Amino acid sequence: MTEQEIRLSGTGGQGLILGGIILAEAAMLDGKEVTQSQSYGPEARGGASKAEVIISDEEIDFPKFHKCDCLLSLSQTACDKYLHSIKTNGILIVDDTVKEIDRSDIHIVRLPLLNTAKEQVGKSIVANIVSITAMNAICHYVSDEALKQAIQNRVPKEALALNQAAFDAGKELALKFAG
Amino acid sequence: MSSELITKYFREERLPHIWCPGCGHGIATRAVMEAVDRLGWEKDDVCIVSGIGCSSRAPGYLDFNTLHTTHGRALAFATGIKLAKPHLHVIVLTGDGDTSAIGGNHLIHAARRNIDITTVVYNNYIYGMTGGQYSPTTPFHDKGTTAPYGNIDQPFDICSLAQAAGATYVARSTVFHAKQLSQFVEKALQKKGFSLVEAISSCPTYYGRKNKKGSAVDMMNFLKFRAVPSSRFAALSEKEKLEHVETGEFINRTAPEYTESYQKIIDLVQERKESK
Amino acid sequence: METESKLMQGNEACVMGALHAGMRFFAGYPITPSTEIAELSSLLLPKHGGKFIQMEDEIASMAAAIGASIAGVKSMTATSGPGFSLKQENLGYAAMAEIPCVIVNVQRCGPSTGLPTSPAQGDIMQARWGTHGDHPMIVLTPSSVSETFSLTVHAFNLAEQFMTPVILLMDEVVGHMREKVNMTKLQSMPPYNRRRFDGNPDEYYAYRPDQSLTPALMPFGEGYRYHITGLYHDETGFPTNSTENARNQLTRLHQKIEDQDVLCLYEEVNVDEEVDLLILSYGSTYRSARKAARLARKEGKNIGEFRVISLWPSPEEAILKAAKRAKAILVVEMNEGQYVQEIERIVKNEAPIHFLGNGAGELIDPEDVYQKIEEVLTCQANS
Repeated sequence: MTEQEIRLSGTGGQGLILGGIILAEAAMLDGKEVTQSQSYGPEARGGASKAEVIISDEEIDFPKFHKCDCLLSLSQTACDKYLHSIKTNGILIVDDTVKEIDRSDIHIVRLPLLNTAKEQVGKSIVANIVSITAMNAICHYVSDEALKQAIQNRVPKEALALNQAAFDAGKELALKFAG
Repeated sequence: MSSELITKYFREERLPHIWCPGCGHGIATRAVMEAVDRLGWEKDDVCIVSGIGCSSRAPGYLDFNTLHTTHGRALAFATGIKLAKPHLHVIVLTGDGDTSAIGGNHLIHAARRNIDITTVVYNNYIYGMTGGQYSPTTPFHDKGTTAPYGNIDQPFDICSLAQAAGATYVARSTVFHAKQLSQFVEKALQKKGFSLVEAISSCPTYYGRKNKKGSAVDMMNFLKFRAVPSSRFAALSEKEKLEHVETGEFINRTAPEYTESYQKIIDLVQERKESK
Repeated sequence: METESKLMQGNEACVMGALHAGMRFFAGYPITPSTEIAELSSLLLPKHGGKFIQMEDEIASMAAAIGASIAGVKSMTATSGPGFSLKQENLGYAAMAEIPCVIVNVQRCGPSTGLPTSPAQGDIMQARWGTHGDHPMIVLTPSSVSETFSLTVHAFNLAEQFMTPVILLMDEVVGHMREKVNMTKLQSMPPYNRRRFDGNPDEYYAYRPDQSLTPALMPFGEGYRYHITGLYHDETGFPTNSTENARNQLTRLHQKIEDQDVLCLYEEVNVDEEVDLLILSYGSTYRSARKAARLARKEGKNIGEFRVISLWPSPEEAILKAAKRAKAILVVEMNEGQYVQEIERIVKNEAPIHFLGNGAGELIDPEDVYQKIEEVLTCQANS
C-alpha cells in the first residue's frame, strides 16, 4: 500500500478526532507507519472539524497533506468545505443527510451513518465508530482485529459494548452497500 | 547573649553587613533569628529565600540554606522549594517594593494557596538600594527621588492585602518593638499555612532625609510613639490614623495547607494505583 | 500485532520522556499549544509521587521550577512564545546560578499573541539570546514525536550533567501530531542524576567546579548549608564585586558548554560526496525538506541533507565540513530568517547560501521546497 491520506470531517462533538486517533492506532498495530493530526482552536469549536490520518508502509516525511485519497463527511457544511480536496478517483464517504455533492470525478458512497448510530446502535455518540468501521470495510486500511483492539484501547471501559455494537453495525452497513 | 545568637546563626565571615548606619533591617533580621532560636529548629532544615533590595541581602548573612533570587520572585522560588521538599521550613525575607510592587502577584497567590511559607516584609517605605524612589507603601504626599513633588499614589496596606488574599496569620510590628516583632515572627513560623509579618523598618538615609524625618534616633522615636495597637487604633480619627501605624495580630486562623492537600492527592492516586 | 509501540501525541511524548528522565516537579501556566504538557503532568506526576503546580504566571512557573531543582528534584516547565518571553528573566538566573531544569517551548506563530494555534519556528534567536547578559544556552529541537521523547530525556540529562537550564524547542506541528513511538527502545535510555559531593560539609564549596568545569550543587536541606545568588559569586556562592572573579566565572560558564563536542547533535543524509545542493533544516520543517530532497534525488538531482538537532550550541564544525562539500546551501525554516544567520556566520564564503522561510503560521510545503531546489539548481547551472 502506498501512502494513504485520509480526512475525517464533520461538526464538533461527533467524535471524529477520536475516530482519527483510533484509525491511526489500528494502522500502527498492523505495523504500518502513521501520523495523525487535527484542527485546533476556534476552527475546532462548532462548525466544521477535521482529523487527518496518513497511513504508509514507509516512513512518513511530511505529516500534513492537501489532497486526500478518502474523505469522510458527516455534514453538508463539512462536505462543502473539503470536497475539493479529494484526489481525482478518490473516495467520498458521506452521511445520507448530505444531499449536494458537486463532483463527478470521484467515487461517492452515501450511507446512513448518523441514523445507524442513533437508531440501530442506540446512541448518536458512536457515529464515529460506525463511520470509521464502514470506511475501513470499503477501503481496507487496517485489519478488523487491529481496529477492534484500537477501539478497545481508546474508548472508556463502560462504553466498550456499545462501541463493539457500533463496529458491527458499521461493517454491516458497508457490506450491504457493497452487496 | 547577643554574640551567642550571632555566632550561632550568622555567617560572621560575611559581616559587616551592607546596611546603612541607623537602618532598621538589622534589628528585623535579629528578631527573625531570635524566633528561630526559640523554636530550636535545625539550621539544615531551614531555607531562607529573598528577592532583590536592601532587605533581600539578609539571607547572605544567615547560616542556613539561603537563596537570593530575582526581584519580586522570592515567593515563587520558595513555592517550588516548599512543594518539592515540604519538610523544609521556608522563610522569605523581603521588602515593600520587592513584595508589593514587582512581586505583588506572587504575594497574593502564595497567600491564596495558603502554602506553608513565612514572609517577613521589611517595610521602610522606599526603594533603598536604588537610591530612594517611592514604593507602593510610601505614604500619600511623601517624597522620593521619583516623587520630587510628593507621591500621589495611594499606599498599599500589605497586611490587609495578605489577609484578603487568604493568609492564615498576619501581624505587624516595628523594629522599635523588637521583642513583639520577634514574638509575631515566632507565631508566624509555627503557623501551618501562609503567614506574613510586616516589620516597619526605618531608612534614615533615603526616606528619612527626603521627608525630613530627622536622625536615625528621631526615626526610632517616631516608631516608638506612633505605633498604636489595633485595640486603640480603631478609636483614632481618620486623620490620626494616617499619622500612626497600627500594630498587632490581624488574623490567626486555620485553613487547609497547600503541601498537605497535595500530599493527600498523592496518597489517594497511589492507593488507587495499588488497588488496581 | 505491534506491541512495543504506542500512538502518541508530541506533547504527550514530552511528558512521558520527562517522567522517564526522572521529572518529579512541573510548574506551568496554561498556554496554547503547550497546554497538554501541563495537563498530562498534573495527571501523572502524583502517581509517581511527584508534584504539579499551576502558578500565577510564567515568571512564577520558571521560578518554582528552579526552586524545586534547588531542593534536588528534577523539574520542568512548558510554554509557548508569549510565556517564553516572560520566562527569560529567571532562565538567566538558572544559567547564572547553575540550576538544572528543562524549559519546553512549543513554538507558535508570533510576534506577540500572533496566531496561537499555528506553528512557527520564530523563537530560535530568543532561545539563544532571550535573557540579558552573556551566557551560553543548550537548545534542542525535535522533528518527530518519537524524538520528542528521546530529546526530552536528553534535555534532562544534559541539564543535570552540565548544571544548566536546557531548552527543548518544539513547535505546534510536532507538539500536536500523533505518531508511532517505540517505547521499549526509548525507555532503555538511561537517566543521568546530578553529581554529588561526598566529602565533609565543612570542606564543601558549592561553586568549586570539577575538571568538567561544573559545580556539584547539593540539594537544599541535606546538611550542606550554602548561598545561591544571581550576582557574580565566588566558589563559596557568596557575591563578590571582583571583576577578576567575574571574568573567571563568565569564562567558565561559557567553556563548560561551548567546548563540548557531546552537545553537537545533527543528522546528515547523502553528504559523503560533493553535492550540488545541501538542504539544511530542523524541527518539523525538516520533514518538508526531507520529502522534497528525497523526491529530487529520485529524479537524479544530487542533494544532501543536514538536520540540526542541537540548535545551540550549533554543530559548527559539522556544518562547515558539510558546507565545504556543497556547491550551494538552502536553509529552510519556519520564520523570516533566523538560523540562516548562524549558518552564514559559520559557512562564510565556502558556499552560497539560499533561504526559504515562512514565519506567518504555515508549515512550509514540500512542493515549495522542491520548487526552491529547482530554482537554486537552475541559477547555479546558469552562473
